[in-house]
Amino acid sequence: MKSDKRIGIEVIPGREGHICRKDAGASAETVKPAGQSGPDIACNRESMAGAVSQRACVFCGARVVLNPIADALHLIHGPIGCSTYTWDIRGSLSSGPELHRLSFSTDLREKDVIFGGEPKLYHALSELIEKHEPRAAFVYSTCIVGVIGDDLKAVCARVEKERGIPVIPVRSEGFKGNKNEGYKAACQALFSLIDRAPRGETVPLSVNILGDFNLAGELWMIRGYFEKMGLRVVANISGDGRVADIEKAASAALNVVQCAGSMTHLARMMEQHYGMPFLRVSYVGTDDMADSLLDIAGFFKDKTVQTRTEELIASEIAALAPELEYYRERLKGRKAAVYVGGAFKAVSLIKAFRALGMQVAMVGSQTGKADDYAQVRAVADPGTVIIDDANPLELAQLMNRLGVDIFVGGVKERPVAYKLGVAFCDHNHERKRPLEGFAGMVNFAREVYSSIASPVWQWVPRAAAAEGS
Amino acid sequence: MLDHTPQEIRERSAVKINPVNICQPIGAAFAAAGLRNCMPHSHGSQGCSSYLRTQLTRHYREPVMGTSSSFSEDTAVFGGGGNLKQAIRNIIAIYKPEVIAVHTTCVAETIGDDVRSIIDAMEKSGDIPEEVAVIAASTPSYVGTHILGYARMVESMVNAFATADEDTKKQRINVIPGFNAEPGDIREIKRILALMQIDFILFPDTSDAFGAPLTGTAGLYPEGGTTIDELRQTGGSRATFVICRDSGELAAAALERKCGVPAVLLPTPVGIADTDTFIMKLAEITGSTVPVELETERGRLVDMMHDAHPHFHGKRVAIAGDPDIVSGMTSLAVGLGMEPVHILSGTRSAAFERESARLLQDFPRANAVNGGDLFTLHQLIKNEPVDLLLGNSHCKYIARAEDLPLIRIGFPISDRANLHQFPVMGYAGAARMVERIGNTLLDRLDRDAPEERYELLL
Ligand code: SF4
Ligand code: SF4
Repeated sequence: MKSDKRIGIEVIPGREGHICRKDAGASAETVKPAGQSGPDIACNRESMAGAVSQRACVFCGARVVLNPIADALHLIHGPIGCSTYTWDIRGSLSSGPELHRLSFSTDLREKDVIFGGEPKLYHALSELIEKHEPRAAFVYSTCIVGVIGDDLKAVCARVEKERGIPVIPVRSEGFKGNKNEGYKAACQALFSLIDRAPRGETVPLSVNILGDFNLAGELWMIRGYFEKMGLRVVANISGDGRVADIEKAASAALNVVQCAGSMTHLARMMEQHYGMPFLRVSYVGTDDMADSLLDIAGFFKDKTVQTRTEELIASEIAALAPELEYYRERLKGRKAAVYVGGAFKAVSLIKAFRALGMQVAMVGSQTGKADDYAQVRAVADPGTVIIDDANPLELAQLMNRLGVDIFVGGVKERPVAYKLGVAFCDHNHERKRPLEGFAGMVNFAREVYSSIASPVWQWVPRAAAAEGS
Repeated sequence: MLDHTPQEIRERSAVKINPVNICQPIGAAFAAAGLRNCMPHSHGSQGCSSYLRTQLTRHYREPVMGTSSSFSEDTAVFGGGGNLKQAIRNIIAIYKPEVIAVHTTCVAETIGDDVRSIIDAMEKSGDIPEEVAVIAASTPSYVGTHILGYARMVESMVNAFATADEDTKKQRINVIPGFNAEPGDIREIKRILALMQIDFILFPDTSDAFGAPLTGTAGLYPEGGTTIDELRQTGGSRATFVICRDSGELAAAALERKCGVPAVLLPTPVGIADTDTFIMKLAEITGSTVPVELETERGRLVDMMHDAHPHFHGKRVAIAGDPDIVSGMTSLAVGLGMEPVHILSGTRSAAFERESARLLQDFPRANAVNGGDLFTLHQLIKNEPVDLLLGNSHCKYIARAEDLPLIRIGFPISDRANLHQFPVMGYAGAARMVERIGNTLLDRLDRDAPEERYELLL
């Protein structure tokens, strides 16, 4: 393994370009300043064969985006594993039907692989639609379907005709790339659902919420804000989503896009086809939350909306100030590392930590794109290490090297942090409390604090040794 | 309500709903992680590898390593041979393993990659240096489940390493724990063997990788695990004890064929009766005696069972999961006076068929489902209600819908911590299950008791 002198850790040969440090003013190998053109961190490439990677597949991306649509049937056409793994892949909550929380698979067997899985798919779809009466069905293809060449489209079209509900194929063969491709496949499926419905009049002062998946009920909170601002929400795409709402999505005045990586594609398609404008927002951290609401209000140029929005922000911020201050007092000066799915969220997290008086020493993502990384670079402190498609070893070395107090990541990173005696906060699929919105900021601070402040770390050998010396 | 399950049971031909089985690669990777300095490699697309690592991490809360051939669209057309070669070269250069354990995914199998001959060619050409062993198992998920994946990977360990040894004076035995033997179980089995002063080789030893202590460091490979040297010596042992039949039978048979080491296939030692059988067989084959400590331990278990038996009697129970663990738990439940009403194995298994027939002899109305899913189990329970459910975390939805207490056993358990650190096997495991089940039933009694029946003595 090669030692990367700039950062002081060992990296796999060929991966040097995926790690960099934000300009501290001296070294020649530093990142170009924000705004300068040309890629300065290698990203959005295929992972190297043989590398331990934290990434998932196209199918996973499609599944996380579409699955929250609660009254649709989600049928996975493939062998059993792909579906077992993504059963209830993240806790997207629904206020009504919960068909999305069941796991349906065609469970392809050897004979299907040899003779083709179309008949089985047809029977499965027919059976399930009859039994569960969903409002629409999404049929996901897995790698193997791509290889055996089942004609998903034809089967879906046939069942759609027979059953009279939208039956939409999702082209999500895993090997077609990483999650980003899956997001695209999901956006295509969503667009096809929207586009086959008749387009209604544009509803004044209305929005669609794109890119929130209602983990821990976050979407309900965001909807609440919009309603207080005097806006109408036409469709949630896709958290707590309903087919009928999504079919009406083209009648909203504005698409509000969070989780840009996954949903911008849909917003662009709707812009192209219906001339619908969209705004990129972030609900993570008080500053970004407030800015997002103000941007949205600004779009509508409506006095009442503007006043209400300002009032909402003022009262929310006032309400949480004392508690945030409490945590800030106790957390300031601590160091964090952030490793998330797409790099866009990392930008908000840097700001959120800054609001707590903390510094982010490392930022990384599984599938960030060049413009996301440019934004990361713009907000990060000088000296911050930026890393793309990291493996657990690199993360472990960085945690040690940078002396971080807390790691923010997903399920596969948690035990790595713990093994090193580093506190952890799940800002991914497995969060259990809302971390978005104003109240989410307090939850976030509380989670960070309760992990960092836990007495258990004193028993970690390394910490004990360091203290003794 | 999280309940989309109609009571009426209808024939389903083309769809599996709420599976209680996973695919072969996760079993294969899990087994491989029980070897020292071994990198489990998934020959297929990125997702399969990523998912199985996530799933293992959710259950064990341990870092899990694994690499992938990272198939792309081209691979589907041109085959995965190039990717595999590239991957093996990279793994050797970067991660410096002693063993690379390759398993195949559905796609690789469907494309028809001949993994073995690719590896052979690389060995011949010197691409794979001598100090690195590359073993392979064919594990497409459209045949078999995670249990078969484990079985085939362990079989390939035997085929690659076990060496016949004529020294018949050996007292040593082999133990294959199986997919359902958790770190706590493996440690318990080792403790029993140590008490009985029996020399053994346990492989693959997953107890260190998935039950590692916190040391403040995170290396690439966990400490512990079975070594290649130990695997070689398995060929000279006196017998091979298989703890979970469906997981270990293939490898034990391979050892018998290859090195003449007889296979001992017993019920999984869950509950007093099957633990007795296990220990008596150990004594019989090794000539070792049962030490006082074990006798006392057994006596304590019997005492506990007697003290608590009124709480269990006639309680109706449903059990779901992997075949060996379901059989084991059924045996334990029957031994406590409970009534098995539905038992369901997610993996179709001949051993389960036989075991359930044996265990359910006195329960002619009981349902035994071989190769079913949780949707079916839920329907069965709606038709014939039970008092208690034993199964993995996915069963919690049934438990909620039917208002049943759930005792979490098996895999995956993603909503409770640390269960895998404690045994369900052996006398110690049985004692723990007696405590868990018994007190869960009593908690329920308290919860449901009207004010006037809420009592201090139960
Ligand atoms: S393709 Fe096969 S090996 Fe991969 S996750 Fe799906 S079932 Fe498992
Ligand atoms: S087979 Fe393909 S779709 Fe299924 S998990 Fe593996 S990579 Fe993803």
